[in-house]
Amino acid sequence: MSVVKTKIGRRSFIKNTSLAGGGLVLGFSFLNSCKPDQASNMVADELPKEWFEINAYLKIGENGKVTIMSPNPEGGQNVKTSMPMIVADELDVDWEHVIVEQASLDTDSFNFQFLGGSQAIRRGWEGLRMAGASARHMLMAAAAEKWQVPASEITTETGILKHGSSDRSMGYGEIASAAAKIPVPEEVELKEINDFKIIGTSKKNVDGLNIVTGKPLFSIDTYEEGMLTAMIVHPPAFGLKFKSVDDAAIKSMPGIRDVFPIKVLEDDYERQHFDTCTFLEVVVIVGDTTWQIMNAKKAIKIEWEPFETYTEERQPYSGPKQILTIPAGLENSEEHKAMMAAMTSKKAKEVRKDGNPERAFRNATKIVERIYTAPFLAHNCMEPMNFFANVTADKAELKGPLQKPELTEHAISERLGMPIENIDIQMTRLGGGYGRRSYAHWLIEAAIISQKVKAPIKLVYSREDDMTGGIYRAAYQVKYRAALDADHNITAFHVNAGGIPESPLYADRFPAGAVANYLAESWEINSNITIGSFRAPRSNFMASAEQSFLDEVAEATGKDPIDFRLELLEQAKNNPVGERNDYDAERYAGVLKLVKEKSNWDENFEGLSRGVSAYFCHNSYAAQVLDMKWENDKPVIKKVTCAIDCGIVINPDAAINLCEGGIVDGIGNALYGEQTFKEGVPQKSNFDSYRMIRMTEAPKEIDIHFVKSDIDPTGLGEPSFPPTFAAVANAMYKATGERYYHQPFLNNPSNNS
Amino acid sequence: MIMETFTLKINGTTKSIEVDPTTPMLWVLRDHFNMVGTKFGCGIAQCGACTVHLGDNAVRSCQLPISAVGDQDITTIEGLSENGDHPVQKAWLEIDVPQCGYCQAGQIMTASALLKKNPNPSDEEIEGAMNGNICRCGTYTRIKKAVKMAANSELS
Repeated sequence: MSVVKTKIGRRSFIKNTSLAGGGLVLGFSFLNSCKPDQASNMVADELPKEWFEINAYLKIGENGKVTIMSPNPEGGQNVKTSMPMIVADELDVDWEHVIVEQASLDTDSFNFQFLGGSQAIRRGWEGLRMAGASARHMLMAAAAEKWQVPASEITTETGILKHGSSDRSMGYGEIASAAAKIPVPEEVELKEINDFKIIGTSKKNVDGLNIVTGKPLFSIDTYEEGMLTAMIVHPPAFGLKFKSVDDAAIKSMPGIRDVFPIKVLEDDYERQHFDTCTFLEVVVIVGDTTWQIMNAKKAIKIEWEPFETYTEERQPYSGPKQILTIPAGLENSEEHKAMMAAMTSKKAKEVRKDGNPERAFRNATKIVERIYTAPFLAHNCMEPMNFFANVTADKAELKGPLQKPELTEHAISERLGMPIENIDIQMTRLGGGYGRRSYAHWLIEAAIISQKVKAPIKLVYSREDDMTGGIYRAAYQVKYRAALDADHNITAFHVNAGGIPESPLYADRFPAGAVANYLAESWEINSNITIGSFRAPRSNFMASAEQSFLDEVAEATGKDPIDFRLELLEQAKNNPVGERNDYDAERYAGVLKLVKEKSNWDENFEGLSRGVSAYFCHNSYAAQVLDMKWENDKPVIKKVTCAIDCGIVINPDAAINLCEGGIVDGIGNALYGEQTFKEGVPQKSNFDSYRMIRMTEAPKEIDIHFVKSDIDPTGLGEPSFPPTFAAVANAMYKATGERYYHQPFLNNPSNNS
Repeated sequence: MIMETFTLKINGTTKSIEVDPTTPMLWVLRDHFNMVGTKFGCGIAQCGACTVHLGDNAVRSCQLPISAVGDQDITTIEGLSENGDHPVQKAWLEIDVPQCGYCQAGQIMTASALLKKNPNPSDEEIEGAMNGNICRCGTYTRIKKAVKMAANSELS
């Protein structure tokens, strides 16, 4: 039995004294109009008359129903189901008796209310278990008091407290009122992994019925009394800024209430990591209906002007303060490519060096050298960027989809000059995030607009506003070199990686640690095109390039691509080079072995082109075999087999769904994803020009396997995504005899040069 | 701008509204009737999030001006079934299709229109019908499974 101190998020477990008196809690403070929860689908006699709050994570009704708060934002990764499952398992209740509610931002009660970095379950795991376990402990203590027996003699069984020797039992609901008054234990016992009843079983999405019946789950569905709608107009090109607006033509249009420019961030504001804001000044149109404002947007006359080069100070997520240079000018994708190509012959920053790579390359029998590139990508969340704001003199009520509410709270507090305690941020279900909604400048815009028009407003971006508004996945390039000796051993490995405007390099990732002589270098090119996290940031490119390159090196050595990787991992396991390698070679090899078995890799499949790829990121390991046929000059993906090691899996079917999504996303971006620029103007502004993967292009079958594990859960939202790109490229090579070095792989003239 | 009065039959209920006749049905539903199950995705009929039924046909409501509706019945996700128990909705729940869920009302409306016309579609017919609906989370393999499950339940 593992005993843990309840110190993580301990404030969650210390009850509000005003509640402790009667133990009665009259619900949580929510904006209810946009939040149908499971309770709304319950008939009245199933709901309890009273709720007793045991800690911030859960309350128990007198009839035994349990409400569990899901602390983190839900964006499709299904944490709103899987996080409460963890609490329910430790509490030992029937999942059918659980009602899930989305918590609001409450940094006193909850820890790490983030959506990002595949960290929700990994970082929530211990606190969620303690929330359930400490509540169970309090119920047992209350029962012991009532029955006048030692608490150690009390057991629980799915919502029932039992005292075996006196043959007494009662439901949690019967004692919940007394349990709410029991002191929070200093330490609690957690279940053994083998005793989990809910964790590891598939539970359906708690919002499923609301989704398939079109209930207003999303912030864009908010329509409140007296609410106005607002849209913005941002500069048409990167490198331009606002100069002046002529609103004469639109002020008299029906339904238009107001037109004005706003400054999103003040000049002296010290930015934090997620405070990226592409256009510091935008023009706002406020009106009655969306269609009226969309028409006004077409008619408005705005002058823009080039800006001068400037610098921006920023406190990154970790590490020292950065000073970024934002260069003036209207940038072009063709120039970007030429600038990146020129970097391969310039001196870059050395990030890691093992052994003597220069000598090893001099002495090589054969050198394989290849260059890989990838373009900017737009996130293209299906729910357009939007936020609801109702800002009054002393209060800001904000509601919408965002990934890092705690960090945004700081920015909005500074911008409004309002203390954080007067700001209430409600998290609605995200209609997709993928990193884009970590950069919540639209929340600030919405708040400023509401403050100015003195009314509740909903800010809505058009698809074009979003797709041409920056915060893209960066453009990248990497050059790999491998030195081989006469026996086909890799004697040296060289990675030179850079991008616009960030480098994708992970210097301590495989094959670092597996090769005696290793050199990793990094470079950056400044740009005024803004970037942001995009599902598995940097890994999504590095995996693509590295795993394509290793496929080619394996071929040069005449080895099977899986065996080749396993040999390198064996070296990294037995004789690791360097001390900073960030992966576990055994777990890495484990997913390759599992995918080899599950895909029947050693069998010969007539007419099928197979590509393999594996990668480690976000604390998890993923390997994939992709089966392709080339039909009518196009790839048809028959099947993707995927093996994942993410530790304990909470909700297997939902985990499979998430991995399937990562693979489809990877195929789509590998084949089609691209944003390009001419004179600073984004060339793709909607789904007619920005090519998204559609059903005909998705794999006909996806087969996901998890490595059985007792290790605490690690990330899952991202790790299935990065390896897919190279699995696609390597299968395309088998199908066509051509290597694909430049993304997107289809219809890209760079691949023919 | 001349406002006109329109009388519409939406989910079996007659509703009247005075509005600019160029207003797309999407915004009539969302902004005027507060029926928000029909989603705004792209505004140019490329993503399918706004799909509704006009008569028996799946149409993109963001490109359907209210003036073009006439006396045809409009069905939205809110009117597809009384309690979320249309065979397509049931199949969606059984397969647990959604991730973020934003596109799914549009997917369900396209799928239910397909099955009404073609109760037993082949894989290729399903792909063809569903190809106009983007799912950014990538639930396509589950959508296809759910359409097939719904087709079989309608036949039985």
